[in-house]
Amino acid sequence: MSMNGNENQFTTVTGTLNTSAGQIPSTSAEYKSADRLAAWKARWGIHRAAWLIKPGLYALGAPSAASPVFATANYKLSFDNLRRNLKGIDSWILVLNTKGINVWCAAGKGTFGTLELVRSIMETGLEKLLEHKSIILPQLGAPGVAAHRVKAYTGFSVTYGPVRAEDIPEFMRLGNKTSPEMREVRFGFFDRIILAPVEFVQFGKYILPAALILYLLGLKADAVLAAGALLAGSVLVPAFLPRLPGRSFALKGAAAGFSVVAALSPLLDFDLYQFCARTLIYIPIASFIGLEFTGSSTYTSLSGVKKEMRIAMPAQALALLTGLLMLAFRRLL
Amino acid sequence: MSLRYLKGVATLKLDAARCTGCGMCVNVCPHAVFRLENRKAIITDADLCMECGACALNCPVQAITVKKGTGCATAVRNGFLHGTEPDCGCGEDSGC
Repeated sequence: MSMNGNENQFTTVTGTLNTSAGQIPSTSAEYKSADRLAAWKARWGIHRAAWLIKPGLYALGAPSAASPVFATANYKLSFDNLRRNLKGIDSWILVLNTKGINVWCAAGKGTFGTLELVRSIMETGLEKLLEHKSIILPQLGAPGVAAHRVKAYTGFSVTYGPVRAEDIPEFMRLGNKTSPEMREVRFGFFDRIILAPVEFVQFGKYILPAALILYLLGLKADAVLAAGALLAGSVLVPAFLPRLPGRSFALKGAAAGFSVVAALSPLLDFDLYQFCARTLIYIPIASFIGLEFTGSSTYTSLSGVKKEMRIAMPAQALALLTGLLMLAFRRLL
Repeated sequence: MSLRYLKGVATLKLDAARCTGCGMCVNVCPHAVFRLENRKAIITDADLCMECGACALNCPVQAITVKKGTGCATAVRNGFLHGTEPDCGCGEDSGC
């Protein structure tokens, strides 16, 4: 499946298992350096679309008819995260076709959904393979799957497992029950900072060339400020999210942007007028990028984002325009 | 961690009369918005709701309503520009 043709370096398929439902590819809990490199590349957006896992049923270890079934998405990071946490647990892994998207995003879109799960259960002949009729889903699959409908269509009962695969052994020890901690999505420093590369690359591909052009035009200070606004919105916002003021992401981005412009100002040869104009130009850019981080956050609602965008977008545009007019006005004098 | 989003915006509603107290909403909510009390679900703090829709979809008696969506600025902008519902365009090479 991998476009760059080096799929064999990964621990996706390690062999086959002969079962009553035919030959099932087997996988392992082993996590190699090639898998780690793939995860790193995916986070930086390199060949992201290539990290697809073939949908279908996989055997991990030596599963029997009594072994548990875990469902996941056909995104390499999701699949790897599940299997590496199933060390010593003989089990079946059912990979749904989510078009290479992780479980939570796919559930939001409905591709990790009731119909795909029902189709997968039927197509893989899971019923013939097992003596039980239950399947464990990651809790974050719940926005796409109606457990009672799956039961009505297939007879399989869905149990929602923990949010994080690392809690699976403890979940099983508790008799397939989640604790409140296992059910709660976190958004700690590490969870946030691993998202920074994606944000940085997404906006860097426009802002860094623009900064280079500014630099070549002799506008060195503006080149530095443009890069600073990019850093503020894409790195400082994720890193310092709880410490930045307000609940609005646009406001947090603006605050990060202001900090960067203020921190850089001693290095820049600006008078107060020029400083104000630059502030009005670069803060909205940081604010805009900060607002985009709502898409990566784990707690923002659509209603909330709509509300803050109605205020933030015109404010950002107005500030940017005012800043540019201030600079143009001064040139004309 | 106390990361909270804007106050009083979530569209989450629970009809206590319909609720059978099965606890599915408690099981699927990623932000501990629900609690069972006297064999009925209650909303502890609607401001914690991110409108993922897991509770409403998994409620077997349709006691919960929420306008499901992704709290994503890119999605809202795409929807506004194309005149459709918010769409994050997650796929191919996107960040989510």
